Amino acid sequence: MAEPTERSQEYMDSTEKLDRGATAPTKEGPDVTDSVATSVDVQTVLPHEGRESVATVAKRIEITDLNLYYGSFHAVKSVNMTIQPNKVTALIGSSGCGKSTFLRSLNRMHELVPGGRVDGAVIIDGQDIYASNVDPVAVRRQVGMVFQSPNPFPTMSIYENVVAGLLLNSRKTKKPALDEIVERSLRGANLWNEVKDRLDRPGGGLSGGQQQRLCIARATAVEPEVLLMDEPCSALDPVATLAIEDLIQQLKANYTIVIVTHNMQQASRASDVTGFFNLEQSGTPGQLVELDTTETIFSNPANKATEDYVTGRFG
Amino acid sequence: MSALDLTATPPRASLVRGSLPSWGPRGLTIGAAIVALGLIAATDVNAALVLVSAVVLCGVGLYAWSRAVEGARTATDRGVTFLVSSAFALAIAPLVSLLYTVVSRGFARFDYQFFTESSRNVVGAGGGASHAILGTLVITGVATLASVPIGILAAVYLQEYGHGRLKRSITFFVDVMTGIPSIVAGLFAYALFALFLGPGIRLGVIGAVALSVLMIPIVVRATEEMLKIVPNHLREASYALGVPKWRTVVKVVLPTALGGIISGVMLAIARVMGETAPLLITTGAFSSVNLNPVDGRMQNLAVFAFNQYKNPGVQREPYFDRAWAAALTLIVLVMTLSLVARLIQRRFGTETR
Ligand SMILES: Nc1ncnc2c1ncn2[C@@H]1O[C@H](COP(=O)(O)OP(=O)(O)OP(=O)(O)O)[C@@H](O)[C@H]1O
Ligand SMILES: [Mg+2]
Repeated sequence: MAEPTERSQEYMDSTEKLDRGATAPTKEGPDVTDSVATSVDVQTVLPHEGRESVATVAKRIEITDLNLYYGSFHAVKSVNMTIQPNKVTALIGSSGCGKSTFLRSLNRMHELVPGGRVDGAVIIDGQDIYASNVDPVAVRRQVGMVFQSPNPFPTMSIYENVVAGLLLNSRKTKKPALDEIVERSLRGANLWNEVKDRLDRPGGGLSGGQQQRLCIARATAVEPEVLLMDEPCSALDPVATLAIEDLIQQLKANYTIVIVTHNMQQASRASDVTGFFNLEQSGTPGQLVELDTTETIFSNPANKATEDYVTGRFG
Repeated sequence: MSALDLTATPPRASLVRGSLPSWGPRGLTIGAAIVALGLIAATDVNAALVLVSAVVLCGVGLYAWSRAVEGARTATDRGVTFLVSSAFALAIAPLVSLLYTVVSRGFARFDYQFFTESSRNVVGAGGGASHAILGTLVITGVATLASVPIGILAAVYLQEYGHGRLKRSITFFVDVMTGIPSIVAGLFAYALFALFLGPGIRLGVIGAVALSVLMIPIVVRATEEMLKIVPNHLREASYALGVPKWRTVVKVVLPTALGGIISGVMLAIARVMGETAPLLITTGAFSSVNLNPVDGRMQNLAVFAFNQYKNPGVQREPYFDRAWAAALTLIVLVMTLSLVARLIQRRFGTETR
């Protein structure tokens, strides 16, 4: 397995590049050691050769006083939160309160929208990704994203879609290594058995749920450290949804996961930490109202608005 | 059970309606056509007048009949269908007539000799247009080689990178270029080269430059439209994988739009292939084969047809026949190109949904 080792070397390089001129990465807290312990069995299910110290790769994200704008429209106001590594953080809140906007600011996708502007700091492992010397492309290599609607590349086959992150970046990877990445990623996304006989068919020829799992496989194939998911199950049936929730549980051994969802059961089932976004009234910026363990948010929230929302008494 | 019984359906309009017999509309149209043709054949009233009134009467009749039997909505449907079909027939009629004329007249000289011989030292009958065919291919080829990269790159700039005043002004000038009369493009290219090579210069490449001036805006426009409909979520998917913007453009956006870009380019080629005026000025006329665009005059099909028609010899027929055959060859060339474009599109094209 020469190839994966090489690739993880690349990751070390890119980590250094991202961190250039920055403080040393913050030491992980005790919960990291925890998740190493709990993730042992998961690793046998989902082997990641070449990633010896898997749990340390997942990153802690600290967000301080983050404000997001679309032109003159203030969409999200002063968010302060810490996203724990190797945990699933769910973001809930009513439509239009800025969850997607916030999520997209974590891998510098927000600035791609014309007029999109960011104010504040997002510190991933000690490095502010909005520092002037940070390359947004390097950030996106470490912070992957799955979108609300499945978006496989229509010009590519299923196989090519999975390794699109490598192909598009022209990373020279040998065919056996590619094959292995494809199989591992598709197995990880619970899609392997359904598509293994038609890997050369176009990715657009799959069902919506299969396409979404293909997109998850594509996002994990480049082995990011953080995985952002914006309502990944909104187009899926309950079975596929459960499959993806299982997958999220497996993935959290290796990744820091942030998931936006409108499905309260999903948030309570799949996440460890839940953040509630709200806006006072339409036109005002959305805010992070409460952030706590999922258990607390759903059983004993501190904020009245949170309680109303999770129990369905809002509006 | 009782719950079911309680939900009484509100009274509604009947689901059944009358309908015309299935032969109705077609029969009416054919009948009208027969009557009209009969009138034209039998009497000497103005044929156009008869045809137009037949169409109008047939449409109105169909509408009225359907309205009486089937009701207003179906009648409107039939009326509009009739309108659209007549408009289609109106649009296609000149095309069919043109094709018929060119094929029937061009066929006389559409022979082996026409494609293998040039018209060097030909007076009267015989000779061919191989020099013009090759010239057309060379000139259009050079023009395509020059304009496709420029056009596609300009469109990529406008659609993916440009913003603000520069983008707006480039868009404006591209629009202006679209409207340039071809003779002006020819004069521009001629003046440009005459500046350096002296007046009276005639080269294939000057014609290619003139054609490029005409092609570039078409390619830019077509490519831009195609890039516009590449869904943004594909770009975002690529960015989210840590792919830089330029790679996203080269490997995701352009391949997704490739089918459309190819047909745009083919349309542009077809559009300039039959240009006469700019080539008349820039490449001159020549009766032997010349494959070198930077050395001497070069003939092409459109100018060949024009010259055959304009300067016939004492015996006119062979010249006119060659002109028609040249026109037919041009049409065949353009049609082959579109077919090739279709094939390429099917090979690389993607269904963007
Ligand atoms: N491209 C854009 N340009 C301008 N305003 C935008 C844009 N995208 C979103 N907004 C605005 O920003 C606010 C937050 O939008 P966002 O998409 O983040 O909401 P959300 O919480 O994800 O909602 P949903 O749950 O419906 O997906 C909304 O008021 C929205 O109208
Ligand atoms: Mg959203």
